[in-house]
Formats: sequence, structure tokens, C-alpha cells
Amino acid sequence: MTILVIAEHDNAALRAVTLNTITAASRIGGDITVLVAGHGCAGVAAAAAAVAGVSRVLLADAPAFEHPLAEDVAALVIALASGHSHVLAPATSFGKNFMPRVAALLDVAQVSDIVGVEAPDTFVRPIYAGNALATVRSIDATKVITVRATAFDAAPADGGSATVDAVEAPAGSGLSAFVSQTLSKSERPSLGDARVVVSGGRGLGSAEQYRGVLEPLADRLGAALGASRAAVDSGYAPNDHQVGQTGQIVAPELYIAIGLSGAIQHLAGMKASRVIVAINKDSDAPIFQVADYGLVGDLFDVVPQLVAALDAEPG
Amino acid sequence: MKVLVPVKRVIDYNVRIRVAADGSGVDTANVKMSMNPFDEIAVEEAVRLRERGAATEVVVVSCGVAACQDTLRAAMAIGADRAVLVATDAELQPLAVARLLHAVAQREQPGLVICGKQAIDDDASQTGQMLAALLGWGQATFASKLELSDGRAVVTREIDGGLETISVALPALVTTDLRLNEPRYASLPNIMKAKKKPLETLTPEALGVDVTPRLITVRVSEPAKRQSGVKVADVAELVRKLRDEAKVLR
Repeated sequence: MTILVIAEHDNAALRAVTLNTITAASRIGGDITVLVAGHGCAGVAAAAAAVAGVSRVLLADAPAFEHPLAEDVAALVIALASGHSHVLAPATSFGKNFMPRVAALLDVAQVSDIVGVEAPDTFVRPIYAGNALATVRSIDATKVITVRATAFDAAPADGGSATVDAVEAPAGSGLSAFVSQTLSKSERPSLGDARVVVSGGRGLGSAEQYRGVLEPLADRLGAALGASRAAVDSGYAPNDHQVGQTGQIVAPELYIAIGLSGAIQHLAGMKASRVIVAINKDSDAPIFQVADYGLVGDLFDVVPQLVAALDAEPG
Repeated sequence: MKVLVPVKRVIDYNVRIRVAADGSGVDTANVKMSMNPFDEIAVEEAVRLRERGAATEVVVVSCGVAACQDTLRAAMAIGADRAVLVATDAELQPLAVARLLHAVAQREQPGLVICGKQAIDDDASQTGQMLAALLGWGQATFASKLELSDGRAVVTREIDGGLETISVALPALVTTDLRLNEPRYASLPNIMKAKKKPLETLTPEALGVDVTPRLITVRVSEPAKRQSGVKVADVAELVRKLRDEAKVLR
């Protein structure tokens, strides 16, 4: 079997989710080729070549791929897919955007968001916001798969010595064009990569209090900030902070849920976290059913106390 | 310009689903069904386009059992003009739905298709992108803002880490994210009016589409339950537990 993994990166560095996707590929077993499509991204290709388990890197370096459009990435993957038994990408806003195009053009089903590999043709994936797990077998010749990164460990970033080959990028479709991008500027780790996530809900009451209460705690723990849908809908936090079924899926070492009730759609995005702490004044809030440690109290008292107590900790 | 909006009938998002005891799937008997919430946002967006004169007609389409008519009526109560049901009792997977919608789009010739970004039952997030590929159209997924001008759709997309704006030549396909709009509640007069709007029924056979599933469900199971934890009395106990028991403090 030969597996093609589509790398996610920002032209400067490989995103960590790519390493998790490579681990999923190695669970399937077979030769692993990584495609790096970008612009000025030779460094990313070198990093991909060093990942343990990768045997070949394909580098498509073209101005059109600086901000990759779904139509163009799909066309490139289609051009390279023949001869591969599996095509994998992370189930992020990047992978989810173009992979179904690849599947449709190959006339095969896509298996979305896998969390387990049972056999080279059989995969486990969550359905109904993770309230059920479906085990599905693909009867198609080529398996097109997106991978839930939090379900697989990261492949070691070194130890590999793959060859890097340049590939020609097909001419752009001209169907769509990049206009602009606004990335949240933050000194904090990104939600998907953070070891600790501090997440707030409607209990925070306002955007000012969301930041005023949560930021000192996040700073102390080196955490990313997350939010419930209710907090985002209320304008307390930007869209890209949303954790849940329809937001980002996270599984940090430590998830601290503050003033959020724990709707099933939110739990779907964080219940694989290793340790969950809930702080809420409503002792019946569903978040306490998944929390390892629950503290019933007024978050406006408790969170500053927690910051002070952590400051008093050694180290 | 005509706008086509596919809508899916799913278990209502407030229902706590139950996995069937024999592992064959999820119990859908006697469970409240509703329109997929993202599709409701898609219908609302299309109706707003018509209301401000950017679209002339909103056609909704659903694929599945006869009861999908209720979903189509709900979409027409929001303001869609007419509906198409592709009726079948067969299991439909995203690729099959995309192929059915492709056939419908070829008959209807819309200038824009607006889909929900994912259905809350299978959480696949595939159908819109697949349909765009089959049509050979450009796509803009996860839209939080949509503007039409000069034969193009300018779309702000929600991506991990921020927002991206792209411009797509029409005809195009857009999938909706949560914050594109807030769908209106259908008024009683509009619900009554929707009952009289035209609803055409087709079949996969009539459209010449093979809907045979490519994925075989081996089993559906319940995820492992998280052990419920403990309540701590105060911040001091919480910090002690995090340090000594969970060992997550550095």
C-alpha cells in the first residue's frame, strides 16, 4: 500500500496536525509520501522529509499555493493520487475544504474525521457529535480520508530521511481567488496545539470580562483561549475560539471550562481532553458530568483565587 | 438568478440520541426530526438574497424518505418558493447525495447553490464540496459573510485561527457556518402558505443516479464514558489535586 498524506503548513513550518495524520497513515501501514503544496516552502518540505516513517516528499512550490484554494489543491492531489491506495489529510478547515472534491472527482466515498484504524479498509469515526462511533469499511479502490488529529499521537519530527522531489503544479482553475486573511494575533499557542486550554462560556457575561477574567489564568498556564458557542454568539470571543461539534476539536492535557454549562455540542469538542476542570456556579451543569475536578462557585471569585494560588506554586 | 438550497432531515439537535442495541445504527423511531440547522441558515441566506433583489427564485431540494416533505415545507415556510423531493428509502451517503443534487442542478440551472457546512447526524461535511467538484464550480466553504457583485460571490470564511476572504466566480457553491445569519421563525400565515407552494417529486432512477453506498457500516457503538470525577471544596484543593494527582501543573 502507498499512502499520500497532504501536509498542512503555513509555508514556514509544518503544522503539528500533519504529524498526527502521518501517525494515522502508519497505522494503516505502507509507504508514506507527503505532499507539501505551498509557496517558498522548501523548509517545510525538508521538515516533512525528516519525519520518522516518511519515505518520500513531493514539493509543489508555486505562487498559486501561497494561499491554497480548494479547486487548485484538489486538482494537484488528483494529478498525484494515481498509484496511491489512500489519500489522507487532517480534518481541519484546510483538509475539510478540499478533500471531498478529491473524493468526488475520483468517484469514491470519503471517510471523514477518523479516530481509529481497524484495518486498511476499516475505520472508526464519530457521528452525532461524538455520541456514537461508527465503524465503516470502504469498498472503493482509493480511500480518501480525513483524520481527527487529537485521536493520534504526533509522529516523531526527526529520524526520517526521505527524498524530496519537485512536482509540477497544474494550472490554476481561475474559479476562485484569494482576497485577504485575518488571523487572530496572539502570543498564546493555537487552540489545536495547546497543552492547556482555558475556555469560557456565557457565564463570563461580556467580552471585557471574558478577557479580563480568563487572560490572567491563560497567561499563567501558557494556555490557549477557547469558548462555547454561546459565548461566541454573544460576542464575548471571536469565532475561531469556538470549541465543539461545529468548531474546533481539542484534546489538551488540561481543559479548564469556566462559566460554561456543557451542551453536548460543546462536549463533543473537548471530552477527549486528558484532565477536565469545571468551574460553574450551577452545581447541576452537565459539564460536571465529564469533569475530573469540579468546583461549584462564582467564577469571578474563584478564577482570580486560582491565578493567585498558581502564582504561589513553585516553578 | 435562481438559488438552489439542499436541505436534510435529521434528528433534532436537542434530542439525546440512543445507539441501537444491535449495533446497527442509531434509533430514529419516534424521535423528533428537524431540518439540519446549517441548512436552515442556508435557506435563510437564500431568502434574504431574494428579498434584497439579488436572487429571483429560491428552490429547495431534499433527498430521502417521503417525510422529507416536512423539511421542504419548513424551508418554504421560511420563504423558499418551491421544492423538489428526490424520494427514496435507500440509505444515502454524501457522494450519492452529491450526485443526485448534481442531476437536480443540471435541470434547474441555478446561479448559486447554498448548502449547510455539515449535517449534525453523520458530521461528514462533504456534500457541498463534492457537488461543487461534480459541477466543475468554484466553492466557498464555512461562510460567515456572503456578498454578490459583478458575477462573483465574495465570501468571508471561518478558518482555524481566523478569517479568510475569497472571491468566487458565479455559478458557485457556498456552505454556511453558524454565524452567517440567524434564521427567522416561520410565522403561522407563512406556514399555511408553504402548504400550497409547489413540491415536485423525482426519484434517483428518473435522474439516472446509482445511489449504492460505498461505505459499509460494520457497527455503531457507544463511545467510552468518561469516569465522572469529584467536586472539590475550594481553590486550594483544586490546585493540590492538579499538582499531585493529575500532575498537569508545570
